[in-house]
Amino acid sequence: MAEVSVLEAVHETLDEVLAADERVFLLGEDLEAGGVFRATDGLSAKYPGRVLDAPLAESSIIGITIGAAHYGQRPIAEIQFADFIHAGFDQLCSEASRWSWRTRGEQYLPMVVRTPWGGGVHGGQHHSQSIEAYYAHMPGIKVVAPSFPADYRSLLKAALADPNPVLFLEHKRTYRLIRQEVEGAPAEDRIGKSRITRRGDDLTVFAYGLMLHESLAAAEELAGEGIECTVVDLLTLNPLDQDTILEAARATGKVLIVHEDTLTGGLGGELAGIIAEHAFEDLDAPIRRLAGPDIPPMPFHEVMESAFMPDRTKIAAAARDLAAY
Amino acid sequence: MTASQTRVPRSSEMLDDYLLSEEQLEAMYRYMLLSRRLEERMMTLNRQGRADFVIAGAGQEAAQVGAGMALKAGTDYAAPYYRDLGVMLVLGMTAREAMLNALGKLDDPNSFGRQMPSHWGSAKRRVLTQSSVVATQLVHAVGVALGAKMRNDPIVAFASCGEGSTSRGDFHEALNFAAIHKLPVIFFVENNGYAISERTEKEMPVPHVADRASAYGIQSAVVDGLDAIAVYQTVRPAVDQARRGAGPFLIEAKCFRMWAHSSDDDHRRYRPREELENWASRDPIALFRQRVEEDCLFPPEDLDAIESGVEVEVRAAAKWALDQPDPSPDDMFGFVYKEGDDG
Repeated sequence: MAEVSVLEAVHETLDEVLAADERVFLLGEDLEAGGVFRATDGLSAKYPGRVLDAPLAESSIIGITIGAAHYGQRPIAEIQFADFIHAGFDQLCSEASRWSWRTRGEQYLPMVVRTPWGGGVHGGQHHSQSIEAYYAHMPGIKVVAPSFPADYRSLLKAALADPNPVLFLEHKRTYRLIRQEVEGAPAEDRIGKSRITRRGDDLTVFAYGLMLHESLAAAEELAGEGIECTVVDLLTLNPLDQDTILEAARATGKVLIVHEDTLTGGLGGELAGIIAEHAFEDLDAPIRRLAGPDIPPMPFHEVMESAFMPDRTKIAAAARDLAAY
Repeated sequence: MTASQTRVPRSSEMLDDYLLSEEQLEAMYRYMLLSRRLEERMMTLNRQGRADFVIAGAGQEAAQVGAGMALKAGTDYAAPYYRDLGVMLVLGMTAREAMLNALGKLDDPNSFGRQMPSHWGSAKRRVLTQSSVVATQLVHAVGVALGAKMRNDPIVAFASCGEGSTSRGDFHEALNFAAIHKLPVIFFVENNGYAISERTEKEMPVPHVADRASAYGIQSAVVDGLDAIAVYQTVRPAVDQARRGAGPFLIEAKCFRMWAHSSDDDHRRYRPREELENWASRDPIALFRQRVEEDCLFPPEDLDAIESGVEVEVRAAAKWALDQPDPSPDDMFGFVYKEGDDG
């Protein structure tokens, strides 16, 4: 079995779900030509009329997805870059998130919105951002951010099977960077579950997306120095898997949370809050957050971009400090 | 089609094409009257401190009922807006349900007390749940129509809004997409001249909302929204042709908002006195009755019987609804997520 990249995993899964269910269709910008990342390459010809180019209008991409899901189709929308999703914020947060709540489940939305997010691609302010915190704040939307190809496959299928709106975040830097033999690989197919990816006694690192891979690389390096890390792949950012988060935090008593989103109001604050509230007595050190600095977006030039983003070196340095506490 | 081609049909010229039976005309009168009497009762309950909030369609009943009757109730999908009590009644909502909704009662079938009144929704009547954010529902209707077109399902998606909503991007995005894909959507704009306090000339520089349709290649019409028969005879052909695959249609009904924006608004602050004093002469229900009587469409005693029947029904519905259970604090929980696998 050959290794597949994150992008190949997404592409294969889209192909598979289109083949399996006639109600499934894709809506987004440039999809008929294969999409700017080639995630829908060839699918338009293979599934005529079910891979639809959308005008450049994100609010209606999401709003039309809502209507089609309400009707009984199984739409998968693509927002070309997560940075542009906010034009559809109203549709996601004011409408989709509470469709079930405000009808006591009589009406519901089996819909998925896929979007590439994250930095490390020299994409500047509007092709690099982390947008997860805005949407993970909203009850009623499930937010998923896998790291490994096997999880992309299983969680994309789980997202489609879910009767709720799911925001499916694909880290664009990992599209071609991360490869994995998916046959037999551990894969989480339940939304709402995190996974302890590596176990060690000295400290626990929480991450997702590209930062999960950077954290694993840092853990490998630290192991050579005798510092053993537990690494948690969050996978689902809303609703959070509180049980696994607390179990992993308690296991070492030292917590490092890593995300490339900016620090203030980022997901790290929520994780720290959960851990402080429920596992305070198991902690041996203050919770540490390593995140993008509080400047509005990611800068373009690679020197500034790498300075903005956490990476394995910064994670290892923070982990050493924490281990020594 | 250019703006200058926007049609302003008169009911007299179209009667032959879409004649209404005596039964339909009676139903039309009954729905309009029921809508008005319900809203009057709701406003009374508000002033008595028993209903927290009322947002009404008084003055727009002819537009709402005329348009609603052009749909296949229970088959076609509707994404109405908060003033559309008249549409909801035509689609099957009962006086009791309307009162449960007005009081935010636990058994309100629209949102079970979770939303403000007049935020409609009904799975069985194919009414999409809606919010207070204007124009979002127009895009939802387009999505329904897209899904239906993919399945060759001959439904029509009806989406209504006030003219204030047509300033929002979602209005334009909805028209554009529906036109590109020739989707069976009826955009029904109830232009009552005001977005809360803002007069139409502060909302748009063109005389008709319908003029905007030409920019998207959508057929449009302007109709007298005080004339229920004319509205029906304008919307019905548009519905029929959309169902046959001719694409979307935008109809602008020129209406008149009789009351303030809501129970929390005082429109004397921004509406000229003479406009408010003249409202009675523009009451679409009185106009309907006058026309029916002049044209001898059916006997006046039938109209009287409808009126007294509606009075009794509304009074009984309000009394009954007041005694229905309120939600408990725990009723806010649940259904944040729909449970189970969708399959």
